[in-house]
Amino acid sequence: MSAAATIIASLLLPLGGAFLIAAAGRWPNLRESVTLLTAVLLALLVWSLTPDIMAGERPGVTVATLFAGLTIAFSVEPLGMLFAALASTLWIVNSVYSIGYMRGNNEKHQTRFYVCFAIAIAAAVGVAFADNLLTLFLCYEVLTISTYPLVSHKGDAATVRSARIYLGILLGTSIGLLLPAIIWTYVATGTLTFTPGGILEGHVVGPAMGLLLGLYVFGVGKAAVMPVHRWLPAAMVAPTPVSALLHAVAVVKAGVFTVTKIIIYVFGVDTLFAEPSGGWLLYASAFTIIAASIVALRQQNLKRMLAYSTIGQLSYVIMAAAVLTPLSEVGAAVHIVAHAFGKITLFFAAGAIYTASKKTELGQLRGIGARMPWTMAAFTIGALSMIGVPPTGGFVSKWFILAGAFQSDNYIAIFTIILSTALNAAYFLPIVFAAWFSSEDSGAKAHGEAPLPIVLALCTTALATLGFFFFNQPVLELESQLVEQLP
Amino acid sequence: MSVTSQLPALQVVVPLLTAPVLVLLRGASLAWAGATAASFMAFAIAIALTLEVLAGGTQVYEMGAWPAPFGIELRIDALNALVLLITTGASALTLLCGRESLARDIDEDRQPLFYAAWLVALAGLAGIAVTGDAFNVFVFMEISSLATYIIIAAGPDRRALTATFKYLIMGTIGATFYLIGVGLVYMMTGTLNFADMEVRIADVADQRPILVAAGFITVGLALKAAVFPLHVWLPNAYTHAPHVVTAFIAACSTKVAIYVLLRFDFFVFQGNLEGHVVQFAGFLAPLALLGIVVGSAVAVVEGNLKRLLAYSSVAQIGYILLGASFSNAAGLTAGVAHMFNHALAKGALFLAVVALAMRFKDLTLDGLAGAARSMPWTSAALVVAGASLVGIPGTAGFISKWLLLSAAFEQGTLGIVSAIVVVLSSLAAVVYIWRIIERLYFGEPVADAPPLPRQEAPWLLLAGVWLAALANIYFGLVPGLPVGLSEAAADGLLRHLP
Repeated sequence: MSAAATIIASLLLPLGGAFLIAAAGRWPNLRESVTLLTAVLLALLVWSLTPDIMAGERPGVTVATLFAGLTIAFSVEPLGMLFAALASTLWIVNSVYSIGYMRGNNEKHQTRFYVCFAIAIAAAVGVAFADNLLTLFLCYEVLTISTYPLVSHKGDAATVRSARIYLGILLGTSIGLLLPAIIWTYVATGTLTFTPGGILEGHVVGPAMGLLLGLYVFGVGKAAVMPVHRWLPAAMVAPTPVSALLHAVAVVKAGVFTVTKIIIYVFGVDTLFAEPSGGWLLYASAFTIIAASIVALRQQNLKRMLAYSTIGQLSYVIMAAAVLTPLSEVGAAVHIVAHAFGKITLFFAAGAIYTASKKTELGQLRGIGARMPWTMAAFTIGALSMIGVPPTGGFVSKWFILAGAFQSDNYIAIFTIILSTALNAAYFLPIVFAAWFSSEDSGAKAHGEAPLPIVLALCTTALATLGFFFFNQPVLELESQLVEQLP
Repeated sequence: MSVTSQLPALQVVVPLLTAPVLVLLRGASLAWAGATAASFMAFAIAIALTLEVLAGGTQVYEMGAWPAPFGIELRIDALNALVLLITTGASALTLLCGRESLARDIDEDRQPLFYAAWLVALAGLAGIAVTGDAFNVFVFMEISSLATYIIIAAGPDRRALTATFKYLIMGTIGATFYLIGVGLVYMMTGTLNFADMEVRIADVADQRPILVAAGFITVGLALKAAVFPLHVWLPNAYTHAPHVVTAFIAACSTKVAIYVLLRFDFFVFQGNLEGHVVQFAGFLAPLALLGIVVGSAVAVVEGNLKRLLAYSSVAQIGYILLGASFSNAAGLTAGVAHMFNHALAKGALFLAVVALAMRFKDLTLDGLAGAARSMPWTSAALVVAGASLVGIPGTAGFISKWLLLSAAFEQGTLGIVSAIVVVLSSLAAVVYIWRIIERLYFGEPVADAPPLPRQEAPWLLLAGVWLAALANIYFGLVPGLPVGLSEAAADGLLRHLP
């Protein structure tokens, strides 16, 4: 199959899968088989593109031409390749987990859940492969809308209220800020195609560039740079598999991926480096990292704490991209992967605890390590990765971001990373300690591990978190192509 | 002469002559079938005319073979073709799938008369869109208005009578203003033909009467087009009309008035009146912006579904005029394209309302709580059409929003203000569409009401709703036809500007 056909197929496959899932809604086993099969096929399709990209090719395909040179087009470059491979691969693990979770908790509307999930994955792959800003915007909005039914899954008043915040912020920022930014870019440059080295140079200059950057960064609400982060804790009302894949991987990563891609391919790293008015992004992301960590420190609910931890970790990627050195750009890409493995493990663990014991608060977790050793071992690995302790994936990306910051003597970034590491340790380690070494409250309900699919899934991602420390060479090779394009 | 060369005349003649036949038929089903067939024939003629315009440019037809300044000339360029497509398409689709709903609203023995009036309204609207003669426009405007008053008032809702009366008074004032303006132009130039006027106004020594005429015509048509603050007739008329009628007139009737406005202000006056560009833009741009703000703001707090959508229409008319008031190719293209895209979105939304009304008596948002459970397909179509109204990418509404915003960005300070207003209004649209969707999907029905079984609207109606909804997606992904026509229309309107 040609690369162009593979791109189209990897977009249509999950959509076709969604259709079949809907058709098979009455037979749960068949429905879940379709989900798993679609996920595996999608991952194979996406992975089959990697050799070409590694070899330096950039296959692309134009789907439709709208008007005045605007097209719906897809192409694959290293950053998008990484994101698509990540989302599609973790979808398999997440599907296994979903089966355990949704059945274990007797959730309603399971067919709708799997259908929307498949559409969301298609949209995430579309974001990853988008060749221009318009296509990206289209897929970005599809991702927002298709995840709404997932967030509001429970359907009670409180959930609907939270889901309204979710949709309101994501749609509001994208229509209110991102769309004007895209149109401004188009009016100024006459093109929206992602181009190595950027397209804005010479077209938008001076403080206007800083303003445009602001429209982009805050317009991409999914990146959750404060103050447009409120949707992320609100989205925690969703079932845990949704939080795990979408709000630790697909949706939030679509956000930081978009920002990174815009910085590299629309602004151009050098152009932005030379323009002082773009410098605020570093401070905004640094502030978000510290503030989110401090808020996370004060949370009592496990999932909400993980949500604020996610907000902080997302801004690592933004800050790494904003440091604007070759090593830090690689660090941004690597952190997308490293954080994904670690955070999905943590969410899986949170869902496993909920399924097995219905516990959601941090205070209830004392001594749970004895009852759920596998889950808490995975949780520990995920937490260590968040802090950035070797041998976990989080260490690798932190290394690159720090190295990039040293390259340009960026002391703000260095200081932020050090402080944030301390804060991360401060809110994760007590939980881990209490889980393993405290004794359980007397009279607690006896329970064991969560259902097998759940444990299987979270052990897999925990292993991946460890494995990424040792086997990160392909990712580095792929993403160093990003840097090679920089002079 | 072959039949194809008679198409411009047939566009009006077919519905106009079918109407009296329907009265003679004396049978509700037959009358419906006849009206639907005539509408579809008109739609087919409109498509044929559009193809001819796309292939061969402006189509000219001399009524009774009298040459232009003396006889009435029918003249169809890209703008006319677009308006014809909207008008006849809306009529064909709403009639096809509105039968059950109309059968509920209107007594059986009065249905033939109703369908006849509908076709007369269609003939009038189509007549405005084909003719190249200013007085002829007035005649057709009166024909369509009178027939429209009838079909609005035909429903069981007695409040429709006062709504119609308000519409009648305002509409008559508007038409009179228009007639005064045309009379003044005629007095000074001795011609009623648009193309001829355009040439002759330049020779008029004293332009003051022409200036007055321009004022009368613009205000009169603004009344007809429900431009803020002359929109007060619209929400009531839309709310209390039979649901199918609302879907029809919401899609096309104001658009036709805007068409005449553009025709006069750009085609006739633009090149001849000193400073007309500035006056036109200075008059309409603030009204358009105010209309967008006020319409959106009211829609956000409105509790009645039909009235909410009606106020949204006031805002959307503002979009069209805002594009036109930029007075350049990009702006006009955006405005004209939005005529088409808004007709698609609002038509689909009101058709979904028709479907909802088949099962729910109370069309307030509270009355519709939880409706998605009994009507999942209708609700899903409403979501798609709503997305188009908001301007989500991949839908038709996005195309016009994109064109409008990129036109605004080229305008300097006024453009930035416009862009901000448009963006804010889009956010308001997100809010009011979302209020509908949330009530439909998550609202809890009133406590004492028995749970409704899952029962959809009649299949033909549902098919029509989905056809309209899918058209929104189709023209969002393949916008070649409306955008191409709009560009050609803008080109034709702007011949006098550099």
